[in-house]
This record gives sequence, structure tokens and C-alpha cells, in this order.
Amino acid sequence: MTVATTSHAMWRKRARSPYHRAIITGLVFGVIAVYLAVVGILPMINARAVIVDLLTMAQAALLAIGLGAGAFISRSERELPTGTVMVHSLITGAIAGALVALLVLAMNAIDLRSIFISLSPQTSDMLTLELDLEYAAPMLVAAGAVLGALGVLLARSPARVRKPVLIGCMAVLFFGVFQELIQIMMQFSDAITTVRDLIYTWEGLTPEGAAVIFVVATGASVLSTRKPPAASGAPSWWQTRNGVLVKAAIAIVLLILLPILAGSYIGQVLMLVGLYILMGMGLNLEVGLAGLLDLGFVAFFAVGAYTTALLTADSPHSLAAIAGFPHLNFWMAMPIAVMISVVVGVLFGIPVLGVRGDYLAVATMGLGEIVRVIVQSDAAAPLLAGAQGILQIPKPVLAGMELADPVELFFLTLVCAAVAAYFAWRLESSRLGRAWMAVRDDEDVAQALGINLVKVKLLAYGLGAAFAGLSGSIFAVMLTSIYPSSFQLLVSINVLALIIVGGMGSLPGVVVGSLALVGLPELLREFGEYRYLFYGVALIVMMRIRPEGLWPSATRRRELHDFAGELEVEEPPPAVVAEIAAHAEHRPGE
Amino acid sequence: MADVAAGRALIPRLSTLSRFTFVDVILWCLRIGVTAVVIGGTIGTLIKGRYAAAQWFDLVMFGLTLGSVYALIALGYTMVYGVLRLINFAHGDIMMSGAFSGYFIASSLDYSGFLNSSPILAMAAILAVAVLTSMTIAVLTERFAYRPFRHTRGLAPLICAIGVSFFLEQTFRGFFGPSIRSYPDPKWQASGFDVFGLNIPRVDVIVISLAIIAMLILYLIVQKTKMGTAMRAVSEDTDAAAMMGIDVNKVIVFTFALGGAMAGIAGVFYAFVFKQVYFFMGFQPGIKAFGAAVLGGIGSIPGAMLGGFFLGLVESVGPALFLDGIGIPAPYQLRDLIAFTLLIMVLIFRPHGILGERMAKKRA
Repeated sequence: MTVATTSHAMWRKRARSPYHRAIITGLVFGVIAVYLAVVGILPMINARAVIVDLLTMAQAALLAIGLGAGAFISRSERELPTGTVMVHSLITGAIAGALVALLVLAMNAIDLRSIFISLSPQTSDMLTLELDLEYAAPMLVAAGAVLGALGVLLARSPARVRKPVLIGCMAVLFFGVFQELIQIMMQFSDAITTVRDLIYTWEGLTPEGAAVIFVVATGASVLSTRKPPAASGAPSWWQTRNGVLVKAAIAIVLLILLPILAGSYIGQVLMLVGLYILMGMGLNLEVGLAGLLDLGFVAFFAVGAYTTALLTADSPHSLAAIAGFPHLNFWMAMPIAVMISVVVGVLFGIPVLGVRGDYLAVATMGLGEIVRVIVQSDAAAPLLAGAQGILQIPKPVLAGMELADPVELFFLTLVCAAVAAYFAWRLESSRLGRAWMAVRDDEDVAQALGINLVKVKLLAYGLGAAFAGLSGSIFAVMLTSIYPSSFQLLVSINVLALIIVGGMGSLPGVVVGSLALVGLPELLREFGEYRYLFYGVALIVMMRIRPEGLWPSATRRRELHDFAGELEVEEPPPAVVAEIAAHAEHRPGE
Repeated sequence: MADVAAGRALIPRLSTLSRFTFVDVILWCLRIGVTAVVIGGTIGTLIKGRYAAAQWFDLVMFGLTLGSVYALIALGYTMVYGVLRLINFAHGDIMMSGAFSGYFIASSLDYSGFLNSSPILAMAAILAVAVLTSMTIAVLTERFAYRPFRHTRGLAPLICAIGVSFFLEQTFRGFFGPSIRSYPDPKWQASGFDVFGLNIPRVDVIVISLAIIAMLILYLIVQKTKMGTAMRAVSEDTDAAAMMGIDVNKVIVFTFALGGAMAGIAGVFYAFVFKQVYFFMGFQPGIKAFGAAVLGGIGSIPGAMLGGFFLGLVESVGPALFLDGIGIPAPYQLRDLIAFTLLIMVLIFRPHGILGERMAKKRA
């Protein structure tokens, strides 16, 4: 904290010094490195090797910070000649390195571990590369300076050099970090197993393997850029309708094949992603389209889950046992759960109809907390089982086959998500969807134009709740037992974060957001405990740098930028592109 | 412009929906239902007579203690909302940071025996460190997370504030670990005074009296100093204040610092009362204190104090008074239910609060 204040003070004092930018950048990047170490992320990812015995993920992160400092200074001093920037970058890197060195010195001088739990001797060893202290401190400063200079070199090199190198590094990182999954997927045929043995040992990527991947990725990138660039403006074949369809087909086949090839763990991760996509689509109707910031969204998820559980469970806490209701199967219970969620959504919406903006967020959060408190309490325990939860929820049975495997349940989620996505997409361009957008942009004007605010808002709550209820219903059968602790406010924040990262009001954005915020932390298992830190940072950074999200909807994009071609999104999932294209074709006719 | 928008948000908009009587019916049912529960429960409890006078007294004392903590937190919300029209969602976590830093001082003082041998100095040290930490974090939050959104309308500032709240919580979790740490419990806090045969816990007296002193000092700062006057001017009309030569940036930083200081004190007291600190402790009191600020009339400093004490009392006395009477088992589990119901009822039916009416009218 103190360091950050100094950086501010220094900025005032040295506003005219030619080095001030270099110094501030160095301090900022140094603080980032120190923060990552103290908060415990670096010690944690140090356990995961990118290249066996050569480079851990923590070291890769530190290298990236050093290079990033150089690249940043080169970008912010675009007008200066390379030589000058090089000198500046040496200072930047040295300062960043010095901050890390200071941390190491402090750790060795006093025992900080009793306060900061991550500052163990292992962390110190990681930062010093197990060198002695008198060598480690100068080494860190020098390494920072060299990395800073390298960062400038990389940033200033021509694009045809820089791009392949970066892509090569990314490929190595990807194959190294996700080695477990890739190895599992590669064991299916003999030919692939030979390739696997070439680049992997059982514990990870070998140095030779890394070199092979780097060369292949770099080469591929060079070859692909050498093709004559399509005349700008004219869409390439991939952007035509047929190309989009082909892309969509490839994506669907990949989605079906991936969990089959990669096994039940991936199936489980994808299933969770699917559930969050469902919830995200629901909240997207409320927040993205209608502009109603709802932080109690988890309540609908809970309603869906509890309804399904009460209707189907084979336990004393079910309607069958309590009220002599007939025992329903999942397929009957799911529509009922969705309908009850809609009813609850409307009931939830009525009291807060007249509340706007910030107050609405707090009011809905309060409503969500009320639902959780009631579910958890002993007062409601005779029906809802209190903190013990409802157990023994049967798995769905389809044509005599029990869908017990995560992969099979994933397909169920996929089908539900596809159906829900179709509805969400049709809603978006419907009269109701446009009414929502009008309400979002200006409630008073919308009302003046004859939009029935009550109806439109309640429909937003009700339909949004339907998606969450469906998601909750599947969640109940996925876990076969539900506890009130699964329905914390954190779930609402999670869903909010993913639609914001993906892009408010954008369906493909929901998918991208779920993959990035739910799938990725789930794959890097040890990252799990830091995921909410990651969400917090994502919310702040997205709001500051890219408020429209990673994959904004066409309307938003048009609102925020004058031209649409500015976005560069890596390899968009084709299904989603198909939707956008179809959407765009619909527009002029309206 | 921002003022007009914020002012509009303060006015109940139910009148515009009057064509749709179904909504009104439900809202009236809600009002009548809550009132019926309150009245019926009170009568039921009083008839049953399960609680003795001493127990009621304990509940009221606890309510006032809790209420003084809420009031201290609510002051930060109300002042920031006054100058920026922003709900500082991270304010509860700023309180948590104060409690945490106070904890490290308190536990080291406890270890050396200083906490027991000279309580006043020890308290001063704990409070000073907590106030400093919370102030620093509040000011940094403003500088790096809120200032860039000064002129942005819409949901972006609020979403960023939610992000800041998570960032702070998780940072503390990463720094100090996820476990619940127990706060030292020195002897001079544990004993109580005997007044007319009623036992008043000493910690309650300390917390309430110090909180009231802190609030008085704050009130004097806001009313009597030049900076306080500037602050009131900015919260009345930012643009006009800027034209009168007031450095709005400075005033906003000052507001955050004051709010942070109050939150730091609140954090230490909250930890004194509940004897534990952990990274998520700021969330619930934060939300409830926001409710208290709205209840008192957001932007009004006496209102925040009043709202805080009222909320604390209702939360403490409510489960016994309202819920026990209508025969709900284990009513204390529903303490939060009462607080959140109050919060929602206020937001729905009286968003301008108790003392905020005059102000809201002026802004409309």
C-alpha cells in the first residue's frame, strides 16, 4: 500500500523529469509482482511446471511481468526513439526487480510469515531461484532491467517477427499448463501416443517438446500470415453464411467430442460451464437487456433446485413424503421447477418495480439474502430441511438409461442450453426485447413511448428467473443433494461477473464469459481459491478498459464505437457467429 | 445532471404505476403483512411473558452497541453518497481492513501483556492503526477505482464498486489466510457494571460511548471546519461548488478519508463485540449499514446515526419481540431476515428515509 502512495507522490514531484514515466511504470509493475507473491498466487502456481525442471508457471508470470513492463513503457513513449526508450526500460525493469528484491530482503530479515501466510521460505527460494541473498538481490535487479529491455525489443520489432514469437510462447504455455488434460486426450490412438511421447514425459512438457511446439506454432503462424491478405472490407469466405454454418458445425462436433475424448473430468467442468451459461443468459435478459441490476439472482437458482429436489427426492424431505404428492421424475419436475421460478421471479419483481439503479441492486441483494436465510433457518426446516439439505435426489432416466455420468449430464445441459439460447436469441430481437432495451436506455422515455413498464419489467424478472430455475433444476440432479450453502450471494456475483466480462446484452458474450470465469479456474484446480479475487479484478478492469465486454453485442458495439471492424476476437465459436450473422440479417427488415 | 438523476431515484415512482392496481394490491398486502407480524408478534410475546425485564434490557443494550457500529459505518456511506452519488459497495470491506489491522496490534499487545496493563494506551494504539489503515485504503480506492468513473452514468461505477469489494476481501484472504481469528479478550472488557441490579457489560459501555464521541467529532468537523463546509457544499451541488472555487477532488478525498476513519473505528468495535475477525466479516454489516443510511435519509449525517441505532435495536430486539410471539422456532437465526426486511421495506416504501425528505424535495 505504501508503495502505491509513493508512486502517486513521485508522479507529482517528478512530473517534468524524462524518467518519471519509467519510474512509475517500474513501481507499478514491481508492486504487481510483490502483490502476487504476498497474496499467495505466485507460491501457488509455482507448483505447476510449464516446462519440466526448467520453467514453472510462477517464473513464467514473473518473466511476463518484466517483459510487460518493457512493452508498456515502449507503448506509452511511442514518440521517442528506440535507444532512449531502451534506457528508460532498463530503469523500469531495474525498479520493478528492486521491489521484488526488497521483498526478499525483508522476508529474510524479519519473520513476516506470522502475518502474511504466503511469505514462507519456499516463496523466498522461488523468488531468489535458491541463490544466496547477496547474489539474489543484484540478480533480481539485473534480471528486471534485462527483461525490460527485451520487452522493448519485442514490442518494437516488426509485426511479422513479434506475432509468431508471441504465438509460439503462448502455444508452449498452453501445452505446458494444461498438460494433464492434453495427455489424457492424446492416449486414444497409437499414432498420437507416439507424438505425445515426443513432447511429454508423464510429469509434463520436456524442453525438447517445448522447442518442438514453439517451432511448429511459430512456423504455422508465419505461414498463415504469408497468405495474401484479403482485401479489407470484403468479407472472407469464413464470414459468409456457408462459412459460418461450417464453423457452427465444427464447434458443435467439437463440443460433443471433447468430453467423450477427455473423460468425465472435462465433462464435469463443461457441465458447470453450461449451468453458468444458462444462468448468465437469464441474468443477461435482466441486466443486459432490461438494465435491471439484480444481485439476488441466486434466489431463482435456489428455487429451481429446491423445487426439483422436493418433487423428486427419495428422502423424508420431499413432497411425496410430506404431503403425499406423487413421486415425480426429473422430466416432470423440471418444467414445474421452471414455472415456479417464473412465479417467484414475478413476485420478486413486484416490490422492487419502483426502485431504480443503485437502490435496486441493494434491494435485490437483500431479497436474495432473505431467501437464503429462510432456507437455512430451522423455522422452515420441516419443509426445506434447513442446513442439512435435501439428499437422495435421483438422476434423470432417459429411455431406461440413467444419466449418471457427468458426460451424459453435460449433454443434457448442452441441449437445455441450446434450447434456452434459441429462446434468448429470439427474445432479443422481439418486440419485448426492444422494449427492454428502451427501458434500459431511458425508463421515462420508454414509458412515454407507450411501453408498459410494469409488464415489461415483470417479464424480465420472470423470464430471467426461468433460465436460472432450469439451471438450478439440473444442478440438483447433478449433485443429487442440495444444501443452502450452495446458494450464496457469491453465485449472483459470479453470474454478474461473467456477463460483464463477456459483454452485457450479448449471447456469445455469456458463453465466452462462462468459459473464461468458470471453466478456466476449474481447469487450473489450485486456482480455485483465488477465483473471486480474479472476478473482482475482472470487474474493475473490464469497467475501466472495456466496458462493452470481450464479445459485445452488435448494438453495444455500434453505440460505443463508430465502426464495427475494430474488434479482434480470437477464433469466435462459430455457432455464435451464426447467430450474430442471422441477427444482423434480420435487422434491416424490421 | 447527476443530481437530477439521483434525485429522481429518490422519489417513489409508485404513483406512475397506479393504473396497474394488481401491483398496488400486492404492495399493500406486503405492508399490512409486515405490520401484522410486528404487532401480532409483539402482543403475543408480551402476553406470553417469556422474557424478564433484565433480558429485555440486555437485548436493548446489545442493540445499542450494534447500532453504534452500524451508525459509524453508515456515516461513510451517507457522506460518500452525498458527494459522489455512489454506493461505496466496498465500504464494509474497508471496515474489515480496520478490524484486521487492529487485530494484529491487539494480539501483539495482548501477547506482551500491555493490553491488560494499560488499557487506554492500548486502545488508542489499536484505534489509531485501524483508522490509519482504513483511511489509506478508502483514499486509495477512491483514487484508483472510483475517480475514473466520476463522470460516467449508468451501472459502471456500481459494478466497479462491487469489484473493489471482492478485490479487498480476497486480498485480505490471500494475505492473512481464510481462517477466523479470535480477537483478544482482555479482562477489563469482560466484566460489567451493576446498575440497579442490572448487569451492563463494560464492552458495551466502551463501544457506545466512544462511538458517540467519534460521531460528535465528525459532526463538528462537518459543521464547523472549512473543509466540512466545502463538503456540504459539494454534496448540495457539485458544479456550483466547483464554480465557487472549491477543489472538488480534495473534498472527495477528504470525504473518503473521514468515512474510512469512521469505518476503521467501527471495525475495531465490531471485533470487540463479536471477538473475531475474518475476511468476509465486512459484507453483512456493510449492507445493513447501507440500509441504515437509507433509513435515516441518505446524505444526512444525523440521519445515518439515527438509522444505525434504530437498525441495531430492531435487529437485536426484533427476533424476541416480533417472531417469538407468532411461534417461530429459533427466532435468532432470523435476525438477518429482520434486518434485510427492514432494508427492503425502506428502499421500497421510503427511499428518502426519515430525515431525508426535505433534501429529496429540493433535488426533485
